[in-house]
Amino acid sequence: MREKKARKIVFKSAEEMPLMICSVGSQTHNLTGAWRNIRPEVDRSKCIRCGICWKFCPEPSIDIVDEWPVVDYDYCKGCGICAEECPSKCIVMVEERK
Amino acid sequence: MKKVMMGNHALSYGAMLSRSQVIAAYPITPQTQVVELLSEMCADGTLDAQFIKVESEHSAMAACIGSSVAGARSFTATSAQGLALMHEMLHWAAGGRHPIVMGNINRSMAPGWSIWTDQNDSLSQRDTGWMQFYCASNQEVVDTVIQAFKVAEKLMIPAMVILDAFALSHTYEVVDVPDQALVDKYLPPFKPAIRLTPDDPRAFGGLTGSEHYMELRYKLQKDMEKAPALIEETGREFEKVFGRHLGLVDAYRCDDAEFVFVTSGTAGYTARAAVDDLRASGVKAGNLRIKVFRPFPFDKVREVLGKVKKAAVVDRNCSYGAGGIFYQEVRSALFGQAGAPLLFGYVAGLGGRDITTDSFKEVAAHALSKGRADEEIVWIGVKK
Repeated sequence: MREKKARKIVFKSAEEMPLMICSVGSQTHNLTGAWRNIRPEVDRSKCIRCGICWKFCPEPSIDIVDEWPVVDYDYCKGCGICAEECPSKCIVMVEERK
Repeated sequence: MKKVMMGNHALSYGAMLSRSQVIAAYPITPQTQVVELLSEMCADGTLDAQFIKVESEHSAMAACIGSSVAGARSFTATSAQGLALMHEMLHWAAGGRHPIVMGNINRSMAPGWSIWTDQNDSLSQRDTGWMQFYCASNQEVVDTVIQAFKVAEKLMIPAMVILDAFALSHTYEVVDVPDQALVDKYLPPFKPAIRLTPDDPRAFGGLTGSEHYMELRYKLQKDMEKAPALIEETGREFEKVFGRHLGLVDAYRCDDAEFVFVTSGTAGYTARAAVDDLRASGVKAGNLRIKVFRPFPFDKVREVLGKVKKAAVVDRNCSYGAGGIFYQEVRSALFGQAGAPLLFGYVAGLGGRDITTDSFKEVAAHALSKGRADEEIVWIGVKK
């Protein structure tokens, strides 16, 4: 998995802020995975480890760990592009139960 | 070196002399010859810059934002509908504090389709956070582009250099082209404190919660408030090097004036001729041409108009449902001020209808005959 080194920065005054907003670590606390209604699940028995899901994920919330795709559910919004693009159809979108 | 050139090419020369490093543009109507000449300069090596052809003005501004955040001096040009299509990206450029300089040719908004001048295109972008410089000669266009980069990069606020369609854009005038070595001294290379680089990866323009957003905009406004003094200072510095002053306003025969026209763009030079004629007939007239509209030069306007009895703002634009836009701004600058003149608002010259010395004389006759300003808009030159 990716190392998550960023941390959330909150400036105390306008003075100490940069002119432009950059790298304030907002993604470390804004876990977009909470938006997800359907989750991608990878069936390793069918996976050919081509990496296409990794390449197409717009977030990017698929990591390649020991050559296998692993979904980062903290950030995956459940768009389903990985399932759509998977050539061996090993990714299935499963309804979230909340 | 003196050259005869059109206003479009004056913008190109300004961008070239400023050593723009990236130019992104959409090359067809409402684009003008500004980027055509720049593309030739890039092709023949006169200008060492990346010329990026894009598929829309929205993308042209997006490309400039990208190159500016990477630390490249970035320029583009557009007009009317093209500027309107950029609207979203104008907010990104100003909000992200990317000091892009853009030439805008003031063309009327369609429909009806028009390639003639009025100011509604640029004035519709009033609140995006861009500085706006309205020019009145091709010389002023070249000079202002160079100054605009200097001010923009110091404040990290983008700037529009604006000129009237046809009356400047396609009109040839003699321009004293500033010497490159002197421009280089006046305008040092662009070196932003923070930039997008693989050596120091950063994410720009990300999610900004209520704990930060207001401070960002506070800083933008505070830096805008520094702009008037900086424009005057860099204008004086420009005068020292090149012999031509670049100020917030251009006051013509205003010192002892009792009646003053308030103008912008090329109409500001026509007004001078009208002032001379009025003076010859015994009216102590003057002309205050507002060159910088954003930030609005409140102090200068108060200083000049605080001494006169009557003033007439001639707008080549209209905020429909309100009135002339410069008129509204001047009125708010003068409201509650001791010694404020009786102020009249006129709308003239929409869609490229000529504003002539006769138009100004009509304005003067109206204003001088009135004891109070009781009309929100007085139309000049409309076939009623």
